[in-house]
Amino acid sequence: MADPKHIRFDTLALHAGQQPDSEHGSLAVPIYQTTSYVFKSTDHAASLFNLERAGHIYSRISNPTVSVLEERLSALEGGVGAVATASGQAALHLAIVTLMGSGGHIVASRALYGGSYNLLALTLPRFGITASFVDPRDANAFKSAIRPETRLIFAETVGNPNLEVLDIPQIAQVAHEAGLPLMIDATFTTPYLGQPIALGADIVMHSATKYLGGHGVAIGGILIDGGSFDWEAQAAKFPTLTEPYAGYHGLDFAEEFGPAAFIMRARAEGLRDFGASMSPTTAFHLLQGIETLPLRMARHIHNARQVVRFLETAPGVAWVNSPDLPEHPDHDRAQELYPKGSTAIVTFGIKGGRKAAATFIEKLKVFSHLANIGDAKSLAIHPASTTHQQMNAQALAAAGIGEDLIRLSVGLEDERDLVEDLAQALHAAAKGG
Amino acid sequence: MDFSLDGYRVFAATGGVPFDSAKPSLILLHGAGMNHTVWALQARYLAHHGQNVLAVDLPGHGKSEGAAFSCVEEYAGWLLRFLDAANLKQAALAGHSLGALIALETAGKAPERILRLILLGVAARMAVHPDMLASAREGTNEVIRCMTSWCHARKHHFGGNRLPGMWMLGLAHHLIARSKPGVIFAGLSACNDYKGALDAAGRITCPTLLVLGDSDLMTPAKGGRELAGLIKNARAETIPGSGHMMMSEAPDATLDLMRGAF
Repeated sequence: MADPKHIRFDTLALHAGQQPDSEHGSLAVPIYQTTSYVFKSTDHAASLFNLERAGHIYSRISNPTVSVLEERLSALEGGVGAVATASGQAALHLAIVTLMGSGGHIVASRALYGGSYNLLALTLPRFGITASFVDPRDANAFKSAIRPETRLIFAETVGNPNLEVLDIPQIAQVAHEAGLPLMIDATFTTPYLGQPIALGADIVMHSATKYLGGHGVAIGGILIDGGSFDWEAQAAKFPTLTEPYAGYHGLDFAEEFGPAAFIMRARAEGLRDFGASMSPTTAFHLLQGIETLPLRMARHIHNARQVVRFLETAPGVAWVNSPDLPEHPDHDRAQELYPKGSTAIVTFGIKGGRKAAATFIEKLKVFSHLANIGDAKSLAIHPASTTHQQMNAQALAAAGIGEDLIRLSVGLEDERDLVEDLAQALHAAAKGG
Repeated sequence: MDFSLDGYRVFAATGGVPFDSAKPSLILLHGAGMNHTVWALQARYLAHHGQNVLAVDLPGHGKSEGAAFSCVEEYAGWLLRFLDAANLKQAALAGHSLGALIALETAGKAPERILRLILLGVAARMAVHPDMLASAREGTNEVIRCMTSWCHARKHHFGGNRLPGMWMLGLAHHLIARSKPGVIFAGLSACNDYKGALDAAGRITCPTLLVLGDSDLMTPAKGGRELAGLIKNARAETIPGSGHMMMSEAPDATLDLMRGAF
């Protein structure tokens, strides 16, 4: 067979979206720190505003530096286009409000990042959008929760913090049989470990703050359109994409932009009106991280495996949870969907419950205690008292978050230093501080 | 908007402006395995600047019903019937790739009905790689990977889309992947088998513009220039840095050349 010679992943991570700066030859992506762009003529201006021509108007809607990031992540995820947002939460919000209005309903995995859970369970109902939460391992539960007003199925590649590995092909089939798109939060895995669109997802979002940026210096989100969902086949459910929009002189996004209808509407309306855009400097920081994403993710996975190996036999550890372990309920699925490794997040139970957990966290020296994951530096947190504290006891129990649960985001340090740090903190916790 | 032709629905996008057969009309014809959305960055502008645009979905493509044809001459006959269905005695035609061959054949067949011709990514012979044809016949993904790759200049494999945030290759891939079974093979076969370009070129009387990409691997610019030499009233313009998909690779340059043809 002829070789079509597509650019490969590691090369795309360094180059996608960027053409050399024609003026100065800058190798790095220039930071276009500008709010707006000079029009060539009144006709040019009018045509840009009416989406007759492509180009930048105002940096809330698009910016050349941010566009490089958007293209790069579209390329890495195998999508048609992307919109970068002020945060991962903004990406989630943008996706939802692009697809539905008041009366809409979402079927979501109950194993979600706490912020996503709050948005879906507590905040959006005030605006008439509701959600049902189901066991991510139960495809029938997703199916049963679908209602006539459901507009989206939403889940994470790997659940937070219990590390359930979603069967994306199966849940995509459930969604598509119901005429619904599947959106995946792939923050934990990144496109290096797996590409949800190739597995059947229609939309992918990330908190780019985590592994994509990788250095804990910039908050950002990204929303990627897989281009595969046929909105016109479900026109009655998605009028925002299939009916004339008065905001652009009757533009019908699906008719005009075909596979890119969703992401075009998300930008044209969502960034214009909600305005949760990304700054060019943030995009620059995130691009620096993405350049080394393949190298970092391989090392994250390697170090996480060493940490798991240590914790399995460490005194003071009640249990260890990682899809890498054969006893993990999703081990086989993780191997199949993520052959390079499924996550560098490790959770474990500490003997002695909440008090021991607090001591352990406070005694860590290399691991930092903070509410983030995916940093180059190793991180630790006690979810029940921090990231998931808004959940009541029932919701915590349903999400499998016990008071003994510690979540580690394993970083890029020397693996021996990580293991030694965990050992001394566990020892201190066992002694009661 | 929808038309009815040969018992089937034919869809044509109007660029956001209601169809008005009293205005000068421009029919846009897409290439193999594609649909009207390839003209997104030209049709809307032209429609808002005086042209009565009909960016059609060829039979079997996009939202048009029926089976795709595997013969350029058959498409040309269909297009003339479409002009009748749209109540257009005359129109300008702009076609890309397979669409350019259809426009060429139609203008040769009924020169009195075609006011202007814009041929993009075109050559008199469009031989298709045998592996692509084989994959298209078997319905495997390789043909989509090959089309996506070879339709774009190598520099655009790295991106740099004028449309902010859009990944050019991904968009082309997912557009082609939406084709119904057999449509890609029919389109590529039509290109590969067409041998009427020289005859048609000799019969064309209207002003003709050829828009070529200097990095076009599918229809190298040299072939386009040779075709232009066979048409009485033709000129060829080459877009630097563009491959076969000049409408997305160089949308402004393509639009400006198209505008200049009127």
